[in-house]
Amino acid sequence: MKKVKVATVWLDGCSGCHMSLLDIDAAVIALAGKIDIVYGPLVDAQEFPEGVDVTLVEGAVSSLEDAHRIDLIRQRTNILIALGDCAVTGNVPAMRNKVPVAKLLQRVYVEGADTGKVIPTDGVPALNRHARPLQEFVKVDIHVPGCPPPAKAILGLLGDLLEGRKPAANPKVKFG
Amino acid sequence: MPQKKISIRIDGELVTALEGQTILQAAQEAGKAIPTLCYLEGLSPAGACRICMVEVAGTERLLPACTTPVQEGLAVTTVSARLTQYRRMTVELLLIERNHVCSVCVSNGHCELQAMATSLGITNTRYWYDFPTLPVDMTHERFVLDHNRCILCTRCVRACAELEGANVWDVGGRGIHTRVTSDLAQPWGESPTCTSCGKCVQACPTGALAEKGAAVEEMTKRTDRLTRLAGSKRAQP
Ligand code: SF4
Ligand code: SF4
Ligand code: FES
Repeated sequence: MKKVKVATVWLDGCSGCHMSLLDIDAAVIALAGKIDIVYGPLVDAQEFPEGVDVTLVEGAVSSLEDAHRIDLIRQRTNILIALGDCAVTGNVPAMRNKVPVAKLLQRVYVEGADTGKVIPTDGVPALNRHARPLQEFVKVDIHVPGCPPPAKAILGLLGDLLEGRKPAANPKVKFG
Repeated sequence: MPQKKISIRIDGELVTALEGQTILQAAQEAGKAIPTLCYLEGLSPAGACRICMVEVAGTERLLPACTTPVQEGLAVTTVSARLTQYRRMTVELLLIERNHVCSVCVSNGHCELQAMATSLGITNTRYWYDFPTLPVDMTHERFVLDHNRCILCTRCVRACAELEGANVWDVGGRGIHTRVTSDLAQPWGESPTCTSCGKCVQACPTGALAEKGAAVEEMTKRTDRLTRLAGSKRAQP
C-alpha cells in the first residue's frame, strides 16, 4: 500500500502541539508503517513538497512570511488540519493584538531588556499587525482545538484519515 | 391557592406543567435538558444569552425557554437541526466578541461557556475574531473583573441585587460597547455599596469574575450554593 504523505508545520506557536504529536509514544511505530513525514520540524526537507496528503499546522499566522507559507501549503495539500488553539483561534500569540507592533517590540526588546537593547530585524520576519487564525487566510478542512490537543485526539484523527473514515467528532477536544 | 395544572407538549411528549412556570422549568421537571448560559436557578430569568431558544408551534420566531411562560396546549421543540445551528452561532459570537484565551484563563476546565462550546461540537468559529482592547479591573481587594471574558449574562447583576441586596452591578453602554459596571461606573474597589460577599464571583459562568490570586484553571464556582441560598430565602419570607 502506498504510504500517506504527511507534513507538519510550525508557525506562531510554542511547539507544544508538536510535543503532543510526539506524545503518541509507541503508537508512532504502527503509524510509521503507514505514513511518510515529508516535511516539518521533525524532518530535514527544506522545501514544502507538492502532493502532500495531510498537513498538520501548529500556530497562528503572525507575519507576511507565515501568510505566504500557509498559501503555498494550502496549494500543495489535500487535507489541511489546524492543530491546536493558536492555529484555530489565535490563542496566546494573539494576546499581543491589542498592542501596536512598534510599541510591543519596544516594550519587550528595549524597555524589557537588561542588555543589548535592540529590536531584532536580521533573519526574523516582520510581524503583522495581528496574529490571526489559519482559517482567516486559507480554507481549513479540520480544526482540532486544545492547548495542546491531547495526543489521543491527534492519533484518533490520523487513524480516521488513514482508514479513509470521516473524522469522528471528538467529545474530549476543547478550547484551552 | 394551588397553581392551575395545564398540559403542554415537549418534543411530542405530553407533559403536565403549572400555570406561571416557564418552558424551561416545565421541561426540567419533565427531565428534559435545554442548554442555558444566563439562567441560574434561584435568580430571576433574564433572557440575555439566547442559548435556550426553542421552537414553538404556531410561530416562526424562536422563543427563549427561560423567560417564556407555558400556556395550555403549547407545543415545544427543544432539539432540532435549526436550533443547534442557532445555538452554535450564538456561542461562536460570544467567543469572538471578547478575548477568550482559554489556555491561560483562570476558569479553564470549569467554564460554562467553554463547556457549552464543547457540548455543541464547536471546534472553530465561522466569524472572525474581534480582538477588542478591554480593561481588567483589579481595584477590589479580593476579586478581579476581567472584561475580556465577560459574556454579559447579567448573572452577577442579579445575584448581587436579588441575593445580597447590594445592587453594585449594572450594565452600561450600548451594542458592542456594553459593559458590566459597578455603581456609577467607578472602579470596583471604590464601590461604597459592595459588601465583598463574593456572590457575583460565584454566579459568573466564565472567568470574568474571579478571586484574586487564582492561577490558570484554579477558579471553580459554586453556583449550587447560590441556588440553595435562594431556596432558603424564598422559604422564609
Ligand atoms: S471564560 Fe471560559 S471560554 Fe472564556 S477564556 Fe475563560 S475558559 Fe475560555
Ligand atoms: S461578569 Fe460574569 S456574571 Fe457578570 S455579566 Fe459578565 S459573564 Fe456574566
Ligand atoms: S438561558 Fe435563556 S436566554 Fe440565556
